[in-house]
Amino acid sequence: MTKISRLKNNTIYFDNSATSFPKPPAVVDSVVEYMTHVGANPGRSGHRLAAEAGNIVFQARKTISEFFGVKSPMNVIFSSNATDSLNLSVKGVLCQDDHVITSSLEHNSVIRPLKMLEEKGIINITILQGNDIGIISESELDAAKKNNTKAVIINHMSNVTGIVQPVKEIGKWCKKNNLIFILDCAQSAGIIPVDLKADNIDMIAFAGHKGLYGPTGTGGLIISDSFDVKKMSPLKEGGTGSMSDKTVQPNFLPDMYESGTLNVAGIAGLAKGIEFLNNMPEKLKSVQLHKNTLQKYFIEKAFKRIGGFKSYSAPSGLGVVSFTIDGLSVSEITRKLSDDFDIMARQGLHCSPLAHKRIGTFPEGTVRFSFSVFNTITEVDTALEALKMIRDGK
Amino acid sequence: MWAVDVLNKNNIINKLIPVPRDLSSDCGYCVEIESDSILEAEEVLKREIIEFDRIIEL
Repeated sequence: MTKISRLKNNTIYFDNSATSFPKPPAVVDSVVEYMTHVGANPGRSGHRLAAEAGNIVFQARKTISEFFGVKSPMNVIFSSNATDSLNLSVKGVLCQDDHVITSSLEHNSVIRPLKMLEEKGIINITILQGNDIGIISESELDAAKKNNTKAVIINHMSNVTGIVQPVKEIGKWCKKNNLIFILDCAQSAGIIPVDLKADNIDMIAFAGHKGLYGPTGTGGLIISDSFDVKKMSPLKEGGTGSMSDKTVQPNFLPDMYESGTLNVAGIAGLAKGIEFLNNMPEKLKSVQLHKNTLQKYFIEKAFKRIGGFKSYSAPSGLGVVSFTIDGLSVSEITRKLSDDFDIMARQGLHCSPLAHKRIGTFPEGTVRFSFSVFNTITEVDTALEALKMIRDGK
Repeated sequence: MWAVDVLNKNNIINKLIPVPRDLSSDCGYCVEIESDSILEAEEVLKREIIEFDRIIEL
């Protein structure tokens, strides 16, 4: 079988918030296995290979539903990425004259669909600013709530600063006020445990290719067991392999929201990515410990060694560090990191202009290092040395 | 697939087969079980809250 998708030579990859790399070997193997030996379309035919493909998809649904505390595997809706899932939840749930509450740390995957609906005169939006680091509170939610408020959409973990919102408190508040709670877990899935039932979350959007270590092109929307699907319209209609004599969309999960052939190769890999996390000694605790160790080490050493270093992330964070260096543009830093030191990092606004406005780094943005479980202290040391040399103009 | 998963766990012999065209228009499959297992299968599926269209004796 395929060997691990190794990085070439001494390449250092610190762009795991965009997509994680490398992937666990089992992820790559399962993609190759499906592409080589199965290949069929799940749910569309009755032959053996179609059944095998169907089983791959079902087992992945089961793994994901257990991972996120949902009883029914059918409540896992596969999509292409978190953006896809968020578009479904936003445009499927919100109707004419609805009001929605969101935060100042949202990614464009949330704010753009919302703004599109607002510009069309369909909805109204309230963007909560939160405290000095963007964390929202119950009193802010109380003040924002209107008679026509239908939903609260919150980014669980900021892709810019790594700030984590108090999901349990927000969920409790939404339940008390009978509002739909949609959580964007693009960054947090695979790092912070989420339990839809325990945290009163109606639906979460996740990316399969970031913290869950699946292939790109995977993601999903998970609907809580108690959510009434009549409250969410499909974003697309089409072939599902079920009720083929009907010209209207099926009204049951997951077919209602899953028209068209699924990304079975990607889904096969995604399931193995989650199994990889489940097999870690202390599951997500191990992930958190590893990422926090790297983050704390990097921030503390950078403050000491690199003149003009400014961090917009706390040392206590879980592997997302935004920073700038006085006198250097962020694009100059990442270009030199890539060209001269073979270190991959992302600069700019990270598709989150609101978050950068909130932390005062708009429009220049920041450099972002985002770590995975495969990164090491040695790599961080190499990056620190590289940043020092860039800072000193060497 | 969920039904097959549950039936297997309960040691109820089953087989995925293409849906007979005279029964349904679905493009996919249905689960074939022995007639002796019908009651047990029905009970297991209901217990796991797995929705199914119907059980038909062929």
